[in-house]
Amino acid sequence: LTLGTLFFLVVALVAVVAAVGVTWFRNPVHSALSLVATLFCVAILFLSLGAEFLAAVQVLVYAGAIMVLFLFVITLLNPLRLEAPDRLRNQAIFAGVLALVLMVEMYFVIQSGVLAAVPATAPPLPSGANVETLGLALYSTWLVPFEMTSVLLLVAIVGAVVLGRRQAP
Amino acid sequence: VIEIAPLSYYLILSVVLFTIGAIGFLVKKNPLIMFMSVEIMLNSANLAFVAFSRYLNNIDGQVIVFFIMTIAAAEVVVGLAIIVAIFRSRATVDVDEVNALRG
Repeated sequence: LTLGTLFFLVVALVAVVAAVGVTWFRNPVHSALSLVATLFCVAILFLSLGAEFLAAVQVLVYAGAIMVLFLFVITLLNPLRLEAPDRLRNQAIFAGVLALVLMVEMYFVIQSGVLAAVPATAPPLPSGANVETLGLALYSTWLVPFEMTSVLLLVAIVGAVVLGRRQAP
Repeated sequence: VIEIAPLSYYLILSVVLFTIGAIGFLVKKNPLIMFMSVEIMLNSANLAFVAFSRYLNNIDGQVIVFFIMTIAAAEVVVGLAIIVAIFRSRATVDVDEVNALRG
């Protein structure tokens, strides 16, 4: 058990516990804060994988902007009430079966030896800074998809404004 | 240099997080919690992308994660706007009670 693996296991444990907390808590504000903990742990794992820029974006955009939006809507709607019983029966059982299928699937993927094509130990990090490498890829190979996301964000802004407007009588 | 955890560890964590998100999405009735579960699922996919990007020494995985984050932001904005609109017209956000399209 190397130090890196130990570090991973600790962060992963916190991430999983916090993710379970998202569905476990009854108060949506607690769920949101639990989700922030999960997002932070994923950001730490991004850092350990040498993706510094994505780790920063994860904290700024996800744990910052998106979660603030969530908390805004939670406080706006204040949906603090007990959940009604399931209309669809055995919904939890279906969810459990799906979980089992996903786990078995992953087990077979890892056991099948497909991952043998991937080097067992990580190659050394490239010499250039992470932001530099990412920027070069983003503005050359991925330029058209990058421009497309700007259109997507514009559509999302317009959609949110239209949906949020009070309906004319 | 500290050796990082093997790739399979990251993939196992990724699938565990994805499963937790999927279960949360299926069993909860509050659409806000359901959205948070979707965020967990998106993050688990991001984690797998970055892990593969590191082990295959290919930056494209990180670029895709960048796009996924953009799309997640757009999805949350529109989704929360829809929830607010539903709450305004029906004074409830329980997904089982929003059944106006039921035949």
